[in-house]
Amino acid sequence: MEGSRIEDAELVEALRAGDQAAFTALVDELTPALMRMALAHVPSRAIAEEVVQDTWLAVINGIDRFEGRSALRTWIFQILLNKARTRGKREKRTLPFSSFRRRAEEGGDEPAVDADRFQGRDGQRPGWWARPPAEWEGVEARIENNEVRDLLLKAIAELPPRQRDVIVLRDLQGYSSEEARNVLDLSETNQRVLLHRARSKVRAALEEHFEADQAVGATV
Amino acid sequence: MSGNALGEQMSCSELVELVTDYLEGRMAGAEAEVFEAHMGLCPPCLHYLDQMRATMEALGRIPEESLPDGARETILHAFAERHPD
Repeated sequence: MEGSRIEDAELVEALRAGDQAAFTALVDELTPALMRMALAHVPSRAIAEEVVQDTWLAVINGIDRFEGRSALRTWIFQILLNKARTRGKREKRTLPFSSFRRRAEEGGDEPAVDADRFQGRDGQRPGWWARPPAEWEGVEARIENNEVRDLLLKAIAELPPRQRDVIVLRDLQGYSSEEARNVLDLSETNQRVLLHRARSKVRAALEEHFEADQAVGATV
Repeated sequence: MSGNALGEQMSCSELVELVTDYLEGRMAGAEAEVFEAHMGLCPPCLHYLDQMRATMEALGRIPEESLPDGARETILHAFAERHPD
């Protein structure tokens, strides 16, 4: 998915001309990522499926009016995100969009690791670990189980929306940073900051889980 | 400068904020050298980097999502309907 404008122009032409094979290929290419994005914003699979289906219907109905000011795939993801956010908001109250919220979503100055994990100014080595991370032994096997999978999905669901979108595309769908920032219309730096905040929080959730696991193991 | 002195130039709390820049290959050469020198003398930071990699690996193993066949057919059918031959 390079999303180059020339490729785009050909694809848009094919879609407008009713090229069923081109449309089918696009649906199969993007639907897994669209489903993941939708699932990260709405409370149930049924609603996510509806949102993805509505998105494709909007693409079918809107392709003649698509002006090519953004890449085709960006346009499709924006349709999905608008629909998913609208549906998600019906379920829970969210703050109105503001520069404050945008800043909060990017993580502002929030640290990747709680400040109390590091030595303070009075410590022997300020800024070095006070409570260091442990080696995750046998992590390959541990990340395979369903409990961990559910925990990861829960951690993602709790992220601010823009962090959620970036980590879903980058780490769940395996998009490159360029693909992710094209699709979400983000600057390179923004994309990286959002990814950093998101990954740091998911790591912290995993660490907490593994530590609790070990504590239980130790007391048994 | 010795590796130790180089690694001392970065604290652990600074390093954890640069992990994504490092993994994304977005770090200037000199900074990457300090980053790596720090990890050479600080096993916990090495564990931290491994944990971030394991987190990415775990996220990548979450199974792909898809639409049920019926919904896919509905979409493909809607496209065909709009463009009758």
